[in-house]
Parts: sequence; C-alpha cells; structure tokens
Amino acid sequence: MSLVSITDVRKSFGPVEVLKGVSMQVKRGDVVAIIGRSGSGKSTLLRCINGLESFQSGSISVDGLEVGNGKTDLRTLRRYVGMVFQQFNLFPHLTAGENIMLAPTVVAKTLKGEARHVAEQLLAKVGLEGKFDAYPSQLSGGQQQRVAIARALAMRPTVLLCDEITSALDPELVNEVLRVVEQLASEGMTLMLVTHEMRFARDVGTKLVFMHAGRVHEEGPPRELFANPQTPELAQFVSGLN
Amino acid sequence: MADFTFSVILNNLLWAARWTVLLSLIAFVSGGIVGLIVLFGRVSDHWALRLLTAGYIEFFQGTPLLMQLFLFFFGVALFGIEVSPWVAAWLALTFWTSAFLSEIWRGCVEAVPRGQWEASSTLAMSYFEQMRYVILPQAARIAVAPTVGFSVQVIKGTALASIIGFVELTKAGTMLNNATFRPFLVYSLVALIYFCLCFPLSWYAKRLEGRLNVAR
Repeated sequence: MSLVSITDVRKSFGPVEVLKGVSMQVKRGDVVAIIGRSGSGKSTLLRCINGLESFQSGSISVDGLEVGNGKTDLRTLRRYVGMVFQQFNLFPHLTAGENIMLAPTVVAKTLKGEARHVAEQLLAKVGLEGKFDAYPSQLSGGQQQRVAIARALAMRPTVLLCDEITSALDPELVNEVLRVVEQLASEGMTLMLVTHEMRFARDVGTKLVFMHAGRVHEEGPPRELFANPQTPELAQFVSGLN
Repeated sequence: MADFTFSVILNNLLWAARWTVLLSLIAFVSGGIVGLIVLFGRVSDHWALRLLTAGYIEFFQGTPLLMQLFLFFFGVALFGIEVSPWVAAWLALTFWTSAFLSEIWRGCVEAVPRGQWEASSTLAMSYFEQMRYVILPQAARIAVAPTVGFSVQVIKGTALASIIGFVELTKAGTMLNNATFRPFLVYSLVALIYFCLCFPLSWYAKRLEGRLNVAR
C-alpha cells in the first residue's frame, strides 16, 4: 500500500499548465529522487503534496489523508509531511535550538523541557551539537540547512519533502547536507527529493523519477535508468550532465 | 486686568502642552492596539476580512481628520449621547491613527520574505501562530522606525482637537492671542513647542532606521 499516492494531477498557473497529469506511488521507506530540467514541474509537484500549491484536478493522498479536496485540514496533513527548502527559510530571529523547538511547543504542545531535549538530540544527529544558541546568521549555509532538516524532523513527519536542498549551497558544503539525508534514508525515512545531485540520486535513491514537460517521462530504479535511459529526453539530460 | 508678560504666556502654553502630550500618548497607544487588530484582518486569508479592513483604512485615510472629529463630536450627540471634547478627540485620533499604523505595519509584514510563511505553514502552524511567533517579531524590527516617525503626525494631529473646544497647546495659543493681541509671538511659541516635541522623535526615528538597517 502506498504512503503517498498521486493520481493524474493537473496544475496550471494561469494559462500555463505546469503539471499535465502526473501519477506516482511512493511506498513507506522509499527514497524518491525527482530530476528534470527547470520548469519541468518537479518543485510544483512537491509543493502540491503538502498543500503549498493547489491543483485543479486529480488526487493526492498521504497516509490515507486526501490533499486539497477541502475535507482534510491542511494543518493535520502537514503534521505528517515535513519539508526542507532550497533557501533554508530558518526563522532569523530565533536561535537554531528555538527554530527546532517552535513547532513542537506551539503546535504539538510539547513541554518546553522535553522539546529542548529533543532539539538537542536532533542537533547532535545532524552534527551540530553545541550550536543550540547560535543564530542562523552565525551559521554557514550547510549548517543552516542541517538545522532546517532537524526542524522538520522535530515534528516526526512520516514523509520528508526536500526541494533542491543543496542548490543554494557552496559546492564544498553540499556533502555535509547530503550525508544527513543519506543517514535518514538508511534509517528508513520516506523521502521525496527534487535534486540536481545525480550521484546522490543514483547511490541513495530507491526510485528515480524523470520529469519532462509536466509529466513523469520515465521512472524506475536509479542505476538502471542512468545506465540505460529508455527515452531520448532522459538520455540527453543524463549526457548533458557530464 | 492681568498683565501678560512673556513668561506668563510661555508658562500657560507649556501648561497646556501637557494635554497635547497626554492626548498624543493615549491616541497613539489605543490607535496602536486597534491598528494591530485591523492589521490581522488586512493580511488575513479571508477575503471578507480583507475587504472590510481595507474599507476602514480607506475611510479614515481618505477623509480629513477634522471631519472625523466633527463626526464623533456632533454625530454621536445626535443619538442623545453627550460626548465631551476629550472623548471625541480620543476616539477620532484613535481610529485615524489605527488606519495609518495598520497600513504602515502591513507594509512591514509584507516585507517579511514569503519563505517564512511557507516554512511556518509546513510546520503545521495556524495563521495566528505564524503571525505571533514568526512574522510579527520580524516585521516589528522593520516597523519601529516608521512607527516612531508617524508618532510625529499624531502629535500634530492633536492640534485639530482645539476646534471642538479641547484646550491643548493650539487652543491655549488661540485664547492667549485673544487676550494679548500678539499673534506673532504667541503662535511662534506654539510652533516652537510643537517643534520641540516632534523633532526629537523624527531624529530618533532616523537613527533607528540607520541602526536597524545595519543589523540585518
């Protein structure tokens, strides 16, 4: 049974149709890497899953909760769906620790002491012990992104959406973030990543989705797809990378 | 007949200026509270709330403060409720101030990057939680300088309350002029006192602007 089920989703921004009937099934523990040119609709698809974007037709469900039909409260849905952004979007007026503690204390009504304990554990998990009191502006991009991952994890999501989370980082900082994601994958977290890190997609992904012109153009096991693309578009995309 | 020396005139004006200060303070504080409420409606997701608050803002920004004072002073009396100049001035200045402050603050809220709304909403926070914990703390930093700057407008706005008979600095000036027939002296002093009240505020607002811009 699929954890995330996407069926024939269509989405337009004004006259421009960005998603032209996308379907996808994601099982618990899957690590789905979504690749494709900019404008192919990959980020929009990701943002539809937690209701940041609405869509015109089709259906998306996460763990049995229907998205975007008005029956499911978005806040309920979002407690199960975590998200990490390209631009980190940490709260600049709060310390790293407070960033992580905010939603658990405010939304989940966890006691301060307990939330703090969890935040410290999560910071250690992403390799940032001792940075609890640092403000985002005092951290490097890679460190900020790891705090953002810890912040999303603090709500114990069943699926984590990562929207080009290494694209805004200096090259030497990319790996520290990818290592954290890889560790999450090995622990069985369900992940959906829009990414340009092809090596990562091949080595860590359990499933590769190539999006092209608003559709899923090709999908399958990453190694097979990279080694043996079935469509000229993917072949061109893969060869254009090197 | 009493002799109006320079010091008597100045003393009377300074004495009356405390009412200007008091009225400004009260109007600013209550206007700020109402303004905050209007702001929540103005930036909410609910179209009816947005429309209602936009209408409110347009009305109080689009009519002269003097007309608003008249409406509260004379208008309410039509319903058989006696309104003192104090109360009328307080009410009119409160609503007028709230309309401008909420619009200033709306700009500050909209200056907070969209990513902050997105990040907080993906953490399942409600609109009020987002505003309270994420957006307003950041908007407040940007809002301090223009808000302090606007307080100058409130102080000058209180002068109009003289027309409905509230004895503050301007009204005291008019009365002293009637008694002394020395308009140039009296109104120069009145203007000077207003300037002494307002200038430190605008200077402070400028300084704040510089400091907060450097900070981030």
